[in-house]
Amino acid sequence: MLNIQEVKKRFSIFQNQPDLVYLDSTATSLKPKSVVDKIREYYEEYSANVFRGIYPMSEKATMEFEETRTIVSGFINANSSNEIVFTRNATESLNLLAYSLGRKILESGDEIVTTIMEHHSNFVPWQVLTSEVGAVFKIIDIDEEGYLNLGINNIKDQKSNIKNINQKLKVLDQIITKKTKILALTYVSNVLGTINPIKEIVTQVKKINPKIIVIIDAAQAAPHLKIDVKDLGADFIVFSSHKMLGPTGVGVLWGKEKLLKEMYPFMYGGDMISEVYIDKTIYKDPPHKFEAGTPAIGEIIAFKEAIKFLNEVGMEKISEHEKKLTRIAIDRLTSTFGGEIKIYGPRNVDDHNGIVSFSFGKYHSHDISQILADNGICVRAGHHCAMPLHTRLKLPATVRASFYIYNDEKDVEKLVEGLKKVKKILKA
Amino acid sequence: MNIYQDIILDHYHHPHNQGGSVLSGRSVEVSNPLCGDKIKMTISFEKNKVKEIKFQGEGCVISTASSSLLTDYVKNKSKQELKKLDSKFIIKMLGIDLGMNRIKCAVLPLEALHKLLV
Repeated sequence: MLNIQEVKKRFSIFQNQPDLVYLDSTATSLKPKSVVDKIREYYEEYSANVFRGIYPMSEKATMEFEETRTIVSGFINANSSNEIVFTRNATESLNLLAYSLGRKILESGDEIVTTIMEHHSNFVPWQVLTSEVGAVFKIIDIDEEGYLNLGINNIKDQKSNIKNINQKLKVLDQIITKKTKILALTYVSNVLGTINPIKEIVTQVKKINPKIIVIIDAAQAAPHLKIDVKDLGADFIVFSSHKMLGPTGVGVLWGKEKLLKEMYPFMYGGDMISEVYIDKTIYKDPPHKFEAGTPAIGEIIAFKEAIKFLNEVGMEKISEHEKKLTRIAIDRLTSTFGGEIKIYGPRNVDDHNGIVSFSFGKYHSHDISQILADNGICVRAGHHCAMPLHTRLKLPATVRASFYIYNDEKDVEKLVEGLKKVKKILKA
Repeated sequence: MNIYQDIILDHYHHPHNQGGSVLSGRSVEVSNPLCGDKIKMTISFEKNKVKEIKFQGEGCVISTASSSLLTDYVKNKSKQELKKLDSKFIIKMLGIDLGMNRIKCAVLPLEALHKLLV
């Protein structure tokens, strides 16, 4: 069990705003004091550039910077820290892949497969790339409950069911072909909260097409679930520091070293170069090949404090806590408002990360979030950068409440009370 | 100040000039894809002045109340007068303190009106 009061004490924001009900960690998480202190430490004690100076301050900065890479590598069980590329955010990691990998391997008539539940950052880069190359852009649909439509509701639950496994293979067989060069898929939907069975999907698609490259958007997974890149079997995994207690301006691209070596560089400039001549340039090996220019040094250094925090609490405990809150939220909202509230995403919280998106009566999502805001509750309203999904659900927008390690049952109760006020103010 | 004032809510629940369209009038549709708000507005003029105006659409409290108040205001006003209306006017008309995120909701009907004045 997590002691939320103890966790909250380690976030200065709760001392500054004791009544804060922050239910928008899916957009960005709050930052513990240890992370903020580490940023200050860099800027106040050794704010030199990395990989340049011979003087002690620069060596200290480089050592702290590279230590984060090692800690990130351990956090996701990568083979080596050479597989960890620092970017600005998960969005940049995905765009890097579309540019440096996609342009290298994609030809006219090839296919890229993604899903209808993607964030725009794992949708638009592939849509644009396929249209430029003359390739085919294919979308996996969802079913009525918000699971990927792979022919069965949940691969994990139905593993022992031979008939359904055959059916699933048949469905994936229709989607993935020998021409599918890339499958780009989210681990957790940022709207539905659906946790996709990544390991099972990777195994199946690689059986159909052993050459397929599988890219996982783990922006909503890395903060909440234990990630083991070796176990998942994907080729690339991306996530953002700022959604997992870390600073903004830092993203991670994990990739298999062999593939990173084969890719084009992303940007050209300082740090990524080994030798430059008038007629040619020789690049550094990954990960530095993809890290042109001075990075967000202080933020990357402080990112490791976020991972240390997560490791100390324990990813399994975090996951368990969020499932519990999701269960309570779904139950409380449904029992209080009945048919007036519609919650999207799987009912089984084992398949549903700590995200509760809903529509409420005929009230507009902006009005709902505005009245909640007036009562000190932070939620998100809109299409959450997932417009294809909202179009699929025939909704202009939803309200989204999301939970993390500093939320508890009281926050759920405040949300319920807030929604009662929404009804009181807006009802005819 | 709370933006959900009685007068605003009254215009939201009982909007003026809503529904249907103006016969033989010009019409235009505007939307805010971010929140899904859509307004269809139709208008007719007599001697360069607004004779009739109607709006339809789905929207939040702010965009609906703003449409209701604006369509009341414009009647019998000349095109030249109406072209001068800007977001400051809308804020004053609503009489509430809108955050930067809700201004977009409030000025959506003004965007429709301006398109009809061209």
